[in-house]
Amino acid sequence: MTASEIRALFAVASRPEVVSLAGGMPNLAALPLDTLSTQMAELISEDGLVALQYGSAHGVPALREQICEVMALEGISAHPDDVVVTVGSQMGLDMVTRLFCDPGDTVIAEGPSYVGALGSFAAYQADVVHVAMDDEGLVPAALEEALTQAARRDRRVKFLYTIPNFHNPAGVTLAVARRAEILEICRRHDVLVVEDNPYGLLGLDSQTYPALRSTDPDNVVYLGSFSKTFASGLRVGWVLAPHAVREKLVLAAESATLCPPTLNQLVVSRYLSTHDWKGQIKTFCENYRERRDAMLAALEQHMPGGCTWTRPDGGFYVWMTVPEGIDTKAMLPRAVTARVAYASGTGFYADGLGSRQMRLSYCYPTPERIREGVRRLAAVLESEMELVRTFGSVTARPLSGPQAPSPDTA
Amino acid sequence: MAERNVAVLAGGLSHEREVSLRSGRRLSAALRGEGLVVEEWDTDAGLLKRLREQRPDAAVVALHGGEGENGSIQTVLEMLGIPFVGSGAQACRRGWDKPTAKALLENAGHATPDWVVLPNSTFRELGAQGVLDAMVERLGLPMIVKPDQGGSALGTHVIRDATELPAAMVGCFAYGDTVLAERFADGVEVAVTVVERGDGPVALPPVEIVPENGVYDYTARYTAGLTDFFAPARLSDDNAKTVGELAVAAHRLLGLRDISRTDAIVCADGTVQFLEVNLSPGLTETSTVPMAVEASGASLGEVFADLVDRAIRRAD
Repeated sequence: MTASEIRALFAVASRPEVVSLAGGMPNLAALPLDTLSTQMAELISEDGLVALQYGSAHGVPALREQICEVMALEGISAHPDDVVVTVGSQMGLDMVTRLFCDPGDTVIAEGPSYVGALGSFAAYQADVVHVAMDDEGLVPAALEEALTQAARRDRRVKFLYTIPNFHNPAGVTLAVARRAEILEICRRHDVLVVEDNPYGLLGLDSQTYPALRSTDPDNVVYLGSFSKTFASGLRVGWVLAPHAVREKLVLAAESATLCPPTLNQLVVSRYLSTHDWKGQIKTFCENYRERRDAMLAALEQHMPGGCTWTRPDGGFYVWMTVPEGIDTKAMLPRAVTARVAYASGTGFYADGLGSRQMRLSYCYPTPERIREGVRRLAAVLESEMELVRTFGSVTARPLSGPQAPSPDTA
Repeated sequence: MAERNVAVLAGGLSHEREVSLRSGRRLSAALRGEGLVVEEWDTDAGLLKRLREQRPDAAVVALHGGEGENGSIQTVLEMLGIPFVGSGAQACRRGWDKPTAKALLENAGHATPDWVVLPNSTFRELGAQGVLDAMVERLGLPMIVKPDQGGSALGTHVIRDATELPAAMVGCFAYGDTVLAERFADGVEVAVTVVERGDGPVALPPVEIVPENGVYDYTARYTAGLTDFFAPARLSDDNAKTVGELAVAAHRLLGLRDISRTDAIVCADGTVQFLEVNLSPGLTETSTVPMAVEASGASLGEVFADLVDRAIRRAD
């Protein structure tokens, strides 16, 4: 199956008949829309001439100060001048890659990794080397080995791209005890760390972990986002970078967009200053916890033997491994016929791995829909297993091009 | 002429939803250009209510795959008495099932690549390897395997080596329970549009398809630049005439109406092999029907406005 066939299948996933466990849309239903609309109106009437005007490429100063307060929750002490507001953290990631990577350079990333990051790395023709994870996240010894191998082969490794908390798509978190070691290995190999942390405040038991940036301000570029803690459609994210990098980022941002949307930044700023935003995150987390529980219970109840999955304590995703011989990509049309969609695993690897894996997201559908979706998926897997028993294992064919759904495939 | 309200049905829940939405958008724009009042409707739980309450003067089925081509939506429109462009429900059922269409054409004396049809259960019950071996013995290599129903080449595989067969079968059975395997016909691939605008079914100039990587799969179909199209096809006058006659014959034999597209291969020796018909052919920017219409000197809007007019008059 080709990449565009997969994309076409996701067109059906947006229909309400299909339970989409494929996308990554935050559940915004919990937002107080009434109050927000009043505030947006006030913002225009009181501050419209600023909100609708160009701003600085660096971002609105008041918002950058507030971003520092948000980051303090995960132990980061930062100066607002070192924060650059971006159009979602995806833009931050794109700019960081543009600044650091020449064609043929190497980026180290967890295997699997965030599909949007792999897209940026591919766009700048950087090679990705995946490093294994286990239940405690990135494995330090595997990182050491990958960097040593890269040095031996004269590969220029530009940075480690890592999602330490509630990983997308793997659903695991880097153990706190490993964090210093990961940072030390990168320092020793003179490799920058790009820490992508969109889910850090979505610990389902209200737990947070110390950001990598909190202990190593000079060697970590940190990417943050309001997409999951407030509103993804506003596209407001940020990069916190060491001074020298930050200056280059501002110039790059200026050439890309002149400035991030002022209106959206002021909306976020006003929200942070007038709302109980931490309480709102708690509400989000309660929703996600209920959904996560529904998914894990349904998987336990319905999945055939031989399937294994991660048990996330935060974020949006469960990463499932299916029995040997099944290619989750080849199975996708059967799933869509059965009115359930998932993201097949190969999209989360740059090297063709992942054919036995799939990402299941629990962020958007209701618990009832999640249970129904998992029930359908289990039936699909049973049929596919029978097919594999008939024809034997099939070897997955490599694909090029984007293979994973956009986040709004729900 | 009073203002005409047309419902273009596009989208649906088939695997070809994306293509259908693109066809629907293009067709709607073309019909609006002809002065018709057009709405694009998806087929969902609200469709029946909408059809009953708004009663469009006519519907155009731009749904691909599944309910759009297997006669389901046509049956609904027939029950409601809403005129529509395209083949009736019965004809759809004949044309939609590729083995049925092939058998009908073959019985009428037309060439079609040798084929076998096998349900999943046969492989399961008799043992896959034995059945696969028998397929290779009968059809030779290369061969094509595809779902017996469905379009856009989804689930279609060209098998050049027998070891590729098991994976192809798994891929094919992900789309449906029965596989159609046929001998690979080597030659010039053409798509021939047939339209009825008053003088019976007429074949438009055939469109020649030359996919960059040799296989006209889903990607080659819907990615601009991956396939070269020649409209009209680079065929001798005789060959062009023969494929046109085949397409008209298929249209008549299967009892199709208004518009259809026949896919065929013109072999080096001049024989023409029938592959399949399309009841609701794609109308996207990279689809062959709009190219054929243009090559005939008409526009998509003119042709479909005519067909809408015919559908309404047919119902009067």
